[in-house]
Amino acid sequence: MKNESSYLPAGLPIPVAEADGLSAPYLAGLQQGRLLVQRCTHCGCWQFGPEWICHQCHAFDPAWVEVAPEGRIYSWERVWHPVHPALRERCPYVAVLVELPQAGNVRMVGNLLGDPMQDVRIGADVVGVYEHHPETSPPHSLLQWRLR
Amino acid sequence: MNARTLRGKVAVVGIGETTYYKHGQSPDPEFKLALKAILAACKDAGIEPRRIDGFASYSDDRNDATRLAVALGLPHLRSATMQWGGGGGGCCAAVANGAAAIATGQADCVVVFRSLNQGQHGRFGQAAGAGAGAATVSGERSYLVPYGVISPPQRFAMRVQRYMHEHGVRQEALRAIAMASYHHAQNNPRAVMHGKPLDEAKYDASRWIVEPFHLFDCCMENDGAAALVLMDAERAADCAQKPVYLLGAAAGSGLRFGSHAHNSAEYASANFGVVAPDLYRMAGLGPKDVGVVQAYENFTGGVLMALAEHGFFGPEEANEFLRLENLVAPSGRLPLNTSGGNLAECYMHGFELLLEAVRQVRGTSTNQATRNDVALVVGGPMVSPVSDLLLGSKAVL
Ligand SMILES: [Zn+2]
Repeated sequence: MKNESSYLPAGLPIPVAEADGLSAPYLAGLQQGRLLVQRCTHCGCWQFGPEWICHQCHAFDPAWVEVAPEGRIYSWERVWHPVHPALRERCPYVAVLVELPQAGNVRMVGNLLGDPMQDVRIGADVVGVYEHHPETSPPHSLLQWRLR
Repeated sequence: MNARTLRGKVAVVGIGETTYYKHGQSPDPEFKLALKAILAACKDAGIEPRRIDGFASYSDDRNDATRLAVALGLPHLRSATMQWGGGGGGCCAAVANGAAAIATGQADCVVVFRSLNQGQHGRFGQAAGAGAGAATVSGERSYLVPYGVISPPQRFAMRVQRYMHEHGVRQEALRAIAMASYHHAQNNPRAVMHGKPLDEAKYDASRWIVEPFHLFDCCMENDGAAALVLMDAERAADCAQKPVYLLGAAAGSGLRFGSHAHNSAEYASANFGVVAPDLYRMAGLGPKDVGVVQAYENFTGGVLMALAEHGFFGPEEANEFLRLENLVAPSGRLPLNTSGGNLAECYMHGFELLLEAVRQVRGTSTNQATRNDVALVVGGPMVSPVSDLLLGSKAVL
């Protein structure tokens, strides 16, 4: 039975925070349907992935701020060779690298929803779609992208 | 003030390798492979193995210096260094670290090596990279793996795609890199792909691994071991072989290159933007002085970007420069991967490239380049840190 609500099949590793909790706010945000990115309150620098310190001014504990899940395709790839058992019947699929102009052009990797054989254009505008997985243990959410 | 440089201070005096095998097919365990390569390198140098007093390696090589010293009965172990991170990007840095120990008086005779038996220890990169069977993932991989960006080619294809988009590079440029390696492997009886030529039609018809990489754009998986022996320039003159001198060495990484979720400032790059200038500065040479190049092919797209970052052509000239006739020995504009390299000789995590560069400078390659006094080795494009080396003959000093 195909799960229409999920771009890739179940069985891939579930994202969880590191032992020190660095990415916990980001992952918890996704579960609430909110995209959180670090922004330093001292110098305004945007930062992703998260770190304990701002790479620009070295202030500790950059703040987490909510941004709209809107961006444009910075790069992409179409994957044909499955390297995980869960993907054996699921190739090809498309992964995209999306930059967020409203958040200092930080970038995020996700999947581009729709036909895996579609023409993908660098620079195309995309909007985020939260993909919730309450059934996994622990539950988790992913951020996917569709053409605007 | 003394110039801080390795230029001319240290030389490669011996090289050695085992038979190269397809992954999992080595009849010897990994530690035995390491010993075989080390003894072969000593024999090539014409030195008594008990003169070794240091080891250097990279990519978390499992065959540690103390065990090697014990097994070989070395009377005095002085230097034991391991390059952090970057996987195969450490292949040249390991040589530089060993050379630095010699140049600073910490050791006299250092062996640099890489040994690999995947049948014994599991496939390289699989446990860490794929996470197959793992229930959860955190840290850097948590931003990639749940989206199916798992294996090395999947992690690097988007860098290359962006570079090709920015500079109008065509697939044919990647194909020419792959074909040069296979072309040279046909003259090299050590090469795993010896007797298996590649032509344009075969490349074009090969399956996609991940666009823009076809099967032939990706390195092999192999077992074996390779080693080289370093000595200071003065002692090197007394060894059996013509010394091959280190002219320059550089390793490192640009601004936030390893930042998570593909957030490096110079994303569409091989990470030599700040490293290559260091290399040329130490050597006192430029790209025009380089006669032959061994460039680590994890994927052909990394070679494309690395060669441009080393100044052989501008990104917009890639289609014109990267044609097979320009890349083959003896007299192409820039003979590339003349042993077959990671794609077609053996993926010894780039260490086989070091040995081939030494053969080129000695004049003993099976694909000898006409211009061979200065050979460049480029290690591990697109990883962090990367490293590279310039090697040369006495005439260049
Ligand atoms: Zn700051």
